[in-house]
Amino acid sequence: MAKDMSKKRIAVVGGGISGLLATIKICELGGEVDLFSYCPVKRSHSLCAQGGINACMDTKGEHDSIYEHFDDTVYGGDFLADQTAVKGMVEAAPKLIKMFDRMGVPFTRTAEGVLDLRNFGGQKHKRTCFSGSTTGQQILYALDEQVRRWEVKGLVHKYEFWEFVKIIKNKEGVCRGLVAQSMNSMEIRAFRADTVILATGGPGQVFGRCTASTICNGSAVSAVYQQGAEIANPEFIQIHPTAIPGSDKNRLMSEACRGEGGRVWVYKDGKPWYFLEEMYPAYGNLVPRDVASRAIFKVCVHMGLGINGENRVYLDLSHIDSGYLERKLGGILEMYSEFVGQDPRKVPMEIFPSVHYSMGGIWVDRLHNTNIPGLMASGECDYQYHGANRLGANSLLSAAYSGTVSGPEAMRWAKTGQRGSELTDAELEAARQEVQSEYDKILQMNGTENAHQLHHEMGDLMYEYVAIERDNNGLDKGLEGLKKLLKRWDNIGITDHSKVANQEAMFVRQLRNMILYAMAITKSARMRDESRGAHAKIVLENGKRKLDKDGELVFMGRDDEKFMRVTIVNYDPKTEEPIISYREFDHSWIKPRLRSYK
Amino acid sequence: MADKKVRFIIERQDGPDEKPYEQEFDVDYRPGLNVVASLMEIQKNPVTVDGKRVPPVTWECNCLEKVCGACMMVINGRARQACCALIDELEQPIRLQPARTFPVIRDLLIDRSIMFENLKKIQGWIEIDGSWEVTNAPIQNPYTAQLTYKLSQCMTCGCCLEACPNVDYSYLGIEGLREAKSPVTADFMGASPVAQAYLFNLNPVGAFDKPKRLNALMEKGGITSCGNSQNCAAVCPKSLPLLDVLAQVNRDVNIQALKNMFNF
Repeated sequence: MAKDMSKKRIAVVGGGISGLLATIKICELGGEVDLFSYCPVKRSHSLCAQGGINACMDTKGEHDSIYEHFDDTVYGGDFLADQTAVKGMVEAAPKLIKMFDRMGVPFTRTAEGVLDLRNFGGQKHKRTCFSGSTTGQQILYALDEQVRRWEVKGLVHKYEFWEFVKIIKNKEGVCRGLVAQSMNSMEIRAFRADTVILATGGPGQVFGRCTASTICNGSAVSAVYQQGAEIANPEFIQIHPTAIPGSDKNRLMSEACRGEGGRVWVYKDGKPWYFLEEMYPAYGNLVPRDVASRAIFKVCVHMGLGINGENRVYLDLSHIDSGYLERKLGGILEMYSEFVGQDPRKVPMEIFPSVHYSMGGIWVDRLHNTNIPGLMASGECDYQYHGANRLGANSLLSAAYSGTVSGPEAMRWAKTGQRGSELTDAELEAARQEVQSEYDKILQMNGTENAHQLHHEMGDLMYEYVAIERDNNGLDKGLEGLKKLLKRWDNIGITDHSKVANQEAMFVRQLRNMILYAMAITKSARMRDESRGAHAKIVLENGKRKLDKDGELVFMGRDDEKFMRVTIVNYDPKTEEPIISYREFDHSWIKPRLRSYK
Repeated sequence: MADKKVRFIIERQDGPDEKPYEQEFDVDYRPGLNVVASLMEIQKNPVTVDGKRVPPVTWECNCLEKVCGACMMVINGRARQACCALIDELEQPIRLQPARTFPVIRDLLIDRSIMFENLKKIQGWIEIDGSWEVTNAPIQNPYTAQLTYKLSQCMTCGCCLEACPNVDYSYLGIEGLREAKSPVTADFMGASPVAQAYLFNLNPVGAFDKPKRLNALMEKGGITSCGNSQNCAAVCPKSLPLLDVLAQVNRDVNIQALKNMFNF
């Protein structure tokens, strides 16, 4: 049978919530999808989202409104999000929830059988739909199931355990395909595509220990950055206030703990001090994540009041009825018991902030097109919707919503975009060969450095200089340190020369991408001389951190005149360094006002 | 304290049809250490106890929170997730082996694609008309919803298949690496896909396709291949009520068979 040439073929890279929803939309419009993923898509990192998904359902008699969801999101993001894009997202939210309900997502229900809602940070109404404490897992599974339906119908071709390496552009500079490598057979293959959507998630692994999965390394994003895609706002890295510190990973303790009544405290003068409630009486324990994280950091690091002098505070649920806790938070309480060996229903949990989410990412327009024609980005890997700080339970929403936008737009581009010439077989083979020789070079590396050890050092460096409190001295040191790591990368030695599942060689390739992305984060943070959302910068005086008369650190204020602009990062192929510029964005709906949760 | 070591005996295998062999590694002990974190330490310095530098051990992991299902392996003889296998709770030396009910790709890395194929067989989805707006989903009984939520936490890890004497997928091919061998006699698809069929049958809309799912479970490899060894429930890391599910589905399948016979 002759192949139907009018059929559009879209490559979706990443099978989390955004990639899967884009896939479904493309299939519904008659397109075919090649779906690439590091893992079976059912194991994607979206499943680590715990607490819920925001949508104004207004079923709790609180007169919640879509406008308030809009305002909370823009305000929570410290006025750096494209407001028209946010407006589209919050308006679509209730419809998305109804769609998930039809797909069979087992949302937690009220006694009368409708979807229950809970409180979350940075919002005063109950607006968060949830499935116990594993909402991301449940939404991901429902989408995985729907995509499997399309797979059976022959419209989805999965390439699971295939790593995206780079895009292929035609001579007009339009993205027309990609090169990927099988993580098992190590075969490298070039694929044609009418549109490529990256939905590869966040770069948490750049910080080593974080709440992200081991596969969230930002490598794909860095690869297209090196091929000319612009990165936007990468300095905005969310630090989640409540995670269980661990040497292999910091495990998330959902904001839902606070949403369901959890209280944060430490001992002060021998008595429990509920410091969030005291510092922020209006929102109490439900202040947004950046605010809560800085408060916990201050109490532990600057005031020395952490539990037993260590960097830990209590997150306390023990005053809440255990049956209620089981129903609302069961999954994560079980996780805490399992990994820590204590029962959070009986004793307070011990937590500390951890790197969690990237508000920044690949620059996209409102339809999720990047600056490279034919290349789109969707989900956490793009920079849209959250500005300088993301509200809890808005990430599942932005992941889902972005997929419903990027999918149809990919089809529109495939049908009517100015795509220029088809890739010839020779161009396809040349792209494959280039990746092959880069890979072969890695296999021959015989220096003295171990890639995993370098990764560990990069994580320490990023936590020291580019995490919760930043200053320009530290950021300069961070950037120097990263450049040294990039040099040391050249001196890596490979012990594994196998042709089967060579994870070491793949990791070496990923690590170089991670270092280059870390440089983009650090340089952007260095250049932004203000504090906004998750980016908090301390004033330097005579080269030292400035203190006020009470001995407290002085932070830079928000500088709307200079910095109410999107950071744009371009890769300089000559120096391998990031080039920073700024771009205006749409904030026509809500006038900026001071952000305070007191 | 600082020089306390944890000894691992790891069953390695260089490729799908290569002979397995053992290597021993020591890892520095620290409180809260788990098996995945230990394997990560070995990656940073892959040297055996005999001082031999070797390729790092290959395995699969993602979330390290016991929700993704990726890091299932056999630890001291028992199929479980490696991320939540705490060293303090394991007898030493700790023995790690791949789950050999699946084809082994390399070391502890296995090919579980058959589990996702089986979800196609049992039609593990709700037949929605489309992702567009249609109507509100029906209200659901909150008690049934609690059960469906439980069943929906199955992470397709494969513990229940590895522990079951009636499952053996080791003969299957591995894409790009090996052709399938001749099938063996044990042909059960395992408890996990059966529980998923039950999950979709419980959904008010999913119930419309209940006969299709039950008919699929009547076929070879379906519920009749379950030998009732009950190992599945003992190893399920999510404590799914698998024995109740298997019993219930068995009844449902018998009723369906009668309906088929009498053209109901």
